[in-house]
Amino acid sequence: MPEITYREALNQALAEEMERDDSVFLLGEEVAEYDGAYKVSKGLLDQFGPQRVVDTPISELGFAGLGVGAAMTGLRPIVEFMTFNFSILALDQVINSAAKMYYMSGGQISLPMVFRGPTGAALQLSAQHSQACETWYVHAPGIKLVTPGTPADAKGLLKASIRDDDPVAFMEGELLYNLKGEVPDPEDGDFVIPLGKAEVKREGADVSIITHGKMVNLAMQVAGKLEKEDVDVEVLDLRTLRPLDVEAILATVRKTNRAVYLEEGWPYVGIGSQIVTTIQEEAFDYLDAPVLRVTQADVPMPYAKNLEKLAKPDADRVVAACNRVLYRD
Amino acid sequence: MPETETKKKAKDEEKANGDANGQGKEGSGEGLERFDREQLHHFMREMLLYRRFEEKAEEAYAIGKIGGFCHLHIGQEAVALGFIGPLRDEDYVITAYRDHTQALAKGLEPGPVMAELFGRDGGVSRGKGGSMHIFGVEQRFMGGHGIVGAQVPLAAGMGWSIKYREEDHVCVCFLGDAAVNQGAFHEAMNMSAVWELPVIYVVENNEYGMGTAIERVSAVPIVERGEGYGVPTHTVNGQDIIETWSFVEDLVQEVRDGAGPQYVEARTYRFKGHSMSDPVSGTYRSKDEVEEKKEKEDPITVLRERLFEAELMSQDELEALDEEVRKVADEAVEFAEDSPFPSDEELYTHVYAELNEHGRLFLDGRDR
Amino acid sequence: MATKVHMEALSPTMEEGQIVKWLKSEGDQVSNGDVLAEIETDKATMELVARGEGILRKVLVEEGGTAPVGDVIAVIGDEDEDISDLVGGDAADDESGAEEEAAEPDDEGAEDEEADVAEAEDEEDEEAEEDEEAEADEEAEPAPKKKEAEAPAAAEDGERIKASPLARRLAQEEGLELASLEGSGPGGRIVKRDVEKAVEEGVPAEAEAPEVPTFEPDAEEDYEDIPLSQMRKAIAKRLVQSIGPIPHFFLTVDVDMTRMVEARAQVNARLESEGVKISFNDIILKATAMALKKHPECNAHWGGDHVRRFNRVHLGVAVAIEDGLITPVIRDAHRKGLAHIAQEVREMAGRARDKQLKPEEYTGATFSVSNLGMFGIEEFTAVINPPEAGILAVGGMEERPVAVDGELELQTRMKITMSCDHRVIDGAQGSRFLQTLTAILEEPLVALT
Repeated sequence: MPEITYREALNQALAEEMERDDSVFLLGEEVAEYDGAYKVSKGLLDQFGPQRVVDTPISELGFAGLGVGAAMTGLRPIVEFMTFNFSILALDQVINSAAKMYYMSGGQISLPMVFRGPTGAALQLSAQHSQACETWYVHAPGIKLVTPGTPADAKGLLKASIRDDDPVAFMEGELLYNLKGEVPDPEDGDFVIPLGKAEVKREGADVSIITHGKMVNLAMQVAGKLEKEDVDVEVLDLRTLRPLDVEAILATVRKTNRAVYLEEGWPYVGIGSQIVTTIQEEAFDYLDAPVLRVTQADVPMPYAKNLEKLAKPDADRVVAACNRVLYRD
Repeated sequence: MPETETKKKAKDEEKANGDANGQGKEGSGEGLERFDREQLHHFMREMLLYRRFEEKAEEAYAIGKIGGFCHLHIGQEAVALGFIGPLRDEDYVITAYRDHTQALAKGLEPGPVMAELFGRDGGVSRGKGGSMHIFGVEQRFMGGHGIVGAQVPLAAGMGWSIKYREEDHVCVCFLGDAAVNQGAFHEAMNMSAVWELPVIYVVENNEYGMGTAIERVSAVPIVERGEGYGVPTHTVNGQDIIETWSFVEDLVQEVRDGAGPQYVEARTYRFKGHSMSDPVSGTYRSKDEVEEKKEKEDPITVLRERLFEAELMSQDELEALDEEVRKVADEAVEFAEDSPFPSDEELYTHVYAELNEHGRLFLDGRDR
Repeated sequence: MATKVHMEALSPTMEEGQIVKWLKSEGDQVSNGDVLAEIETDKATMELVARGEGILRKVLVEEGGTAPVGDVIAVIGDEDEDISDLVGGDAADDESGAEEEAAEPDDEGAEDEEADVAEAEDEEDEEAEEDEEAEADEEAEPAPKKKEAEAPAAAEDGERIKASPLARRLAQEEGLELASLEGSGPGGRIVKRDVEKAVEEGVPAEAEAPEVPTFEPDAEEDYEDIPLSQMRKAIAKRLVQSIGPIPHFFLTVDVDMTRMVEARAQVNARLESEGVKISFNDIILKATAMALKKHPECNAHWGGDHVRRFNRVHLGVAVAIEDGLITPVIRDAHRKGLAHIAQEVREMAGRARDKQLKPEEYTGATFSVSNLGMFGIEEFTAVINPPEAGILAVGGMEERPVAVDGELELQTRMKITMSCDHRVIDGAQGSRFLQTLTAILEEPLVALT
């Protein structure tokens, strides 16, 4: 299998889907002539022309709404937010229009569209450019939320998201774009990963780290570290946060009896809150320890390097949480 | 006769000179002679139907058959008819929450619209939307929308679709005067101009955003709020169906021919409160003001006077029309009454168009 | 709509049942309430009734076969209805799970009530904690097959025992009492490894505890719950740790039955015309009930965190049956006359041998009596039937020379050994009860009038 970057995987998915279905088009800031702020859309303008790869004004609310209107009338827009930080401006269109249109029209108007871009923190971008936006999106019924953590997942899930008939928020990791990984060769056929299917990224027996998105890679690091101490960590990557693969969550908890939720976002009503709730509701009798969460500190992201490091979830915190649920501390 | 002012800000000199349709129109020049007797009677019948329909809704609201917010269009009927009547079936209409009569104008059946207000399964949106969310995708009535100004970018998206598919359709987007203060409006105006989208933005200036006179929240006249984007701006007397229809008919053709987005201020007046739960008059406007407007600017009276004067309609004919539409409105209520409430199962339908094979979409735990 | 016929819990402790006989065959018309089959439970042969209308379309478990409670054993449906997905394995399993869950709230309700009664005088916050736990349990999946019989274990200082949910479940499955385990988790929480360690090292298993039938007295019952004193709790805990879940001790009396033998003969002669015959066992039952009425400290249940003393006496009478033992209960034995008791015992013993007793007829005893005299057993000890706190083991009667006032005298003697749960009954209390019992048996006028 060829090794390509997360960025290339996304680029392949976009190109393949635009090739397959001419109602699919990409719009967003800098996506066309500039090749994308993170070069995800590199070359697409040349391939598909300015009608299908569209540079927008800096009007997140406006172009998100324009995308919704286009989807209401039969197109399949992919709305790129340069980062999801900026999409907060667009949330009215996402929540009040996109998520609810199918319901409040009594099933008359579905919205096959994708909102995509990076979420979470990069490096020293400080408060307004470093935040995980999953909760805002996943909170509203009517939206689906996908958070790939590897190049293969990025490609397979983006293709599924574009084909889905509902609005899908597709959150990438800014620090993942250069990450390399094996992705099936396009020559070997269509590679699509269905939404709602978690993946055990590493089998283990002692403790489960459940996570999503970029943090999958941190979880794998921690698993390697703990292996040296004879602790066998299972890493479950949810991949899609809505639909949520509850069965996979319950299965890993039943197996190891201990779970840690790892996420980039803030703790309060974060994704982990829901996962912990689901576990205690449905796998209570299988728990040998309370489920712990490792999250960003409950503060805006600071700029200073040392403080930023302190604010982010890191391997040490995850190891400590694993040790606590294992009663090893 | 009221005057129609038309302004146009050409994107550039060359374009303005090169486009025959680009010049402002003198709408007041058009008169009754443009329409035949049958058309004129149709105008009367439609506006009477909207009026009677809304009166029925008012009545049903008063006895608790309709709940929530319910915004009536009484007094503004000529705007609905004038901007939608000249459209083709394939053209799109989208509006805010004062949406009942526009839906009727775009061809939705009165019964299912009333049933939607009643929250019944036979409603156009299956009772899930209510008064503010009337949808008729078949008629290309793309919804009543509840957040002020939020429908404006959606309309731009519809214009985008038309252009993407290289069709000659247009999209008419209604918004209230107060919506011009929302950012979404300005972002959409800019994008529409940049991409020359076939959308007519109609600001129904009924002088008040809920209980706030528009002069108190806009330093310049409403028509000027559409300027600065390269979008031609116009003003029309929205209480005169003859003038409005004539103006819109011409404008729509220009847009079909590639004139790009248009901004029209339709001057009108709301005879009722902002919604059924708001007072008609009080601290924000006087009773005398409302009474005077009703006497002089009721679109139905304006049309009646013109038709009577030209002897194109008799009192008997008017009464016959009124009787006919009253019956239609009554039947709409009967239809709504007879329609069942949505079944409990409907709670979870239409949240997602695609129920994925894997994972849970609903996290409330009620399916366990 | 097809109806699934589940193996139902026909006795409080039943985990699986055997189909003795199908009374309807495939193709038979079935109405709601019709008896479909005879099921042998762990205690008796019971009737399984239909809970739907239609044709008995499919029998999934043949006669002689067994099925766990909740399993689908047959399907009732319309004549031409497609039941293929019901007779397949998966769908049926899912449904049975749902069924079990659906059956739970009742159990929960009972448990809640019990907790409330038990803790009426406890700290409020503790009560809140209990309620929380009860609620959380309800959400648990898969549904536990049976509720924990013991009330939530309490540590010596009266605090709730901290244990992880998994440890609780494992301990229950292993028959271990949480109170007997040392917690190694934070704040002394008992966790999985503690249970595993205990299993490995062989901590005294709570042999019968998981099987304890819960007895929830109805509203008419007259009883008093005595909260445990610190000393009582300490005694309870230490004794359990020393000899097992129920710390038995034994008291034996040697009773002079001579006058009773004569009195019985007279009574039976008088009753002959009525066709009633009083056995010695009937007399012992009557005397026991009378003595218990006077010594309610022995007419009691161990409730885990409390002792429940009963004012009414429900006597369990051990009856040997072909392949085991069952104890029909004589309700309100203290109020019943000898003849009444005699008739009731005979009638119930007969039905017990035919396995026709209903669950309510063999549960809810406050005290039991076992008599092996007819087998020539001189004396023996009986095992307490929890949550009861005592049982009498009655030996055979024999003529023996006994020294009376310095002279030998032939007397008919009988030995009775009482097994006591030391958590409930202390030596002196048991002894005083036996004194009273002896006095009654040795003075027939008291017993027989």
